[in-house]
Amino acid sequence: MTQPAAKPVIIEFRNITKRFGPVVAVDNVSLAITEGEFFALLGPSGCGKTTLLRMLAGFETPTSGQILIDGKDITREPPNKRPVNMVFQNYAVFPHLSVRHNIEYGLKMEGVGADERRDRAEAALSLVQLEGYGERMPDQLSGGQRQRVALARAIVKRPRVLLLDEPLSALDAKLREELRFEMSALQDKLGITFVMVTHDQDEALALASRCAVMHKGSLMQVATPADLYEFPATRLVADFIGSVNLFEGRVLAEEADHAEIELPELGIKAWLDHGTGSSETLQIWLALRPEKVELHKRSNGEGPPTLEGTPAGYNVVKGTILDIAYLGSESVFDIRLEAPEGREPKRIRVIRPNLTRWDQEDFTWDENVWVGWHAEGAHVLLA
Amino acid sequence: MQGEIDWKRSKSGLAGLLGPPLFWFILFFAVPMAVVWAYSFGTNVGIADIEISGTFANYARVLEPLYLGILAKSLAFAALATLICLVVGFPVALAISFAPPGLKTWLLIGVMLPFWTNLLIRTYALIALLRDEGLINQSLSLAFGWAGFEPMQMMNTNFAVMVGLVYVHLPFTVLPLYAALDRLDRSLLEASLDLGAGHLRTIWNIVIPLAGVGIASAVLLTFIPVLGSYLQPDLLGGPDSQMIANVIERQFKRANDWPFGAALAFMLMYLTFFGIALQSLLKKKERTE
Repeated sequence: MTQPAAKPVIIEFRNITKRFGPVVAVDNVSLAITEGEFFALLGPSGCGKTTLLRMLAGFETPTSGQILIDGKDITREPPNKRPVNMVFQNYAVFPHLSVRHNIEYGLKMEGVGADERRDRAEAALSLVQLEGYGERMPDQLSGGQRQRVALARAIVKRPRVLLLDEPLSALDAKLREELRFEMSALQDKLGITFVMVTHDQDEALALASRCAVMHKGSLMQVATPADLYEFPATRLVADFIGSVNLFEGRVLAEEADHAEIELPELGIKAWLDHGTGSSETLQIWLALRPEKVELHKRSNGEGPPTLEGTPAGYNVVKGTILDIAYLGSESVFDIRLEAPEGREPKRIRVIRPNLTRWDQEDFTWDENVWVGWHAEGAHVLLA
Repeated sequence: MQGEIDWKRSKSGLAGLLGPPLFWFILFFAVPMAVVWAYSFGTNVGIADIEISGTFANYARVLEPLYLGILAKSLAFAALATLICLVVGFPVALAISFAPPGLKTWLLIGVMLPFWTNLLIRTYALIALLRDEGLINQSLSLAFGWAGFEPMQMMNTNFAVMVGLVYVHLPFTVLPLYAALDRLDRSLLEASLDLGAGHLRTIWNIVIPLAGVGIASAVLLTFIPVLGSYLQPDLLGGPDSQMIANVIERQFKRANDWPFGAALAFMLMYLTFFGIALQSLLKKKERTE
């Protein structure tokens, strides 16, 4: 999917490489971020996402490559000369200054007059819902409130780009969810471009309009959250975003409107309602998200189920339930699949939403089941 | 815990641990101090005998203009030396705290290195640098002799005393400053830069206020030993460079007036106590704020 062309590019990384001694933290990254986006850099720790953000803020200088903001090369500009502001992971609220003075600090450095400083700080405080907290000292605030102060301190400067380093990671789960919605609302209201770094895929999927998945200093995929989840480019991305079942496969027949795939590990054939873009005989992987897999009864001798858009005999395999985890809103099933002679049995993870308060089918431990998926449910990975 | 002696509870264990140092402290610190303190209320009778008469005459003499003047000059010297140490030491401490970890250790050793050499030897080395035919004057003559450079008199001046005081006491400033600066959260400095402050404004607005307690310790740890300095004014200074410690020394030796010397020494100590009390009061206030 491509972004609407109307919005101009605001940030551009051109062939950015950063080495720390022998370690390559960021490896030849090129990336364009458009105005008004909520962009997330997502990846495990040590993947280079924080280094990329710090280079954007000016705390690190790239070993090679250029960074442009609004078309202007800012690669060697010091942090205090850049139109970006940052919300730090530990918030970095100045402990010796009151909330108001923290927020006014950046304006003071710009030389904004006392009256305007006061008004703008007041407006920023109400934007983050901290009216009346101006005279408090930081040690009188909770973690969530400190986070809001850090946010207010950055946005009061009206930056072109707001940088967020793991903005919610230090908060507890309930507060995190609350602030997630607030941050989205705030970004809509301000219209500032947000660039966030996170290792938390939920955070990235929930907040971002577009995500870059990083691994070992390189960009693996840049896409919208939905595309990352439903159309991951590689096994690595598929595995990092959510959980996924992967099976080795080989394309038997490739047409524009469907494809047939052999799954030797399961001894069955899979049917896809779209072409794979791969050539026959090439090794591929079939990716199945747990919630896109169905369970059907087999314990009383029921035959294989009919699956939407799928010819009989495809996309279905026998299995036995090993374990069930009841999570309230959904249940997670661990199922051992029947394997052809001489092959190690594979397991599959299935998620079923608990739509009613009693499961009518009442699946239980050690039960024999049919495991199946629709023709549109699987995704083919080439790497 | 089984089999282990809880030495916080066991009385004999505690006595065993605390006893020897306490004995040492009483015999070699508390007792001599008490003796000298008693002398400060005494009167000379004969050449070697002192009668503890409970007189305040010695303290009254301390308040004579001559001695108050020397005390004031000592305070001024100590204040100036401390200020110079602070101005010179702060960038050094800041640089060490930002040095890469490997280099940091070496720089700290470098700061402490002078402690491994005798103070007297270091002071004589300064004489070798500062005297009329010293290293500085000779180098300058070599370089600027053509322009009619004449050796400057640096020895036996207040300038030489100040050089000596700053040189000797700089580590006392740098080490506590370093300890305070090294603890600073780096992201606070980055936040300040990010919000548009340059490096100097970040140091002024963020580093100095947050390192305030450390700076106060550095001031105190420098000021007190400088105030009691004896060797630098004696060896490097001229006739008008005397500090209070030189006067005290003269009372005990040449003038053989122990009671007056004791009163002078204790006057200095009262001043120091007052300074420490003031600092801890400020510290307490800072903590409760």
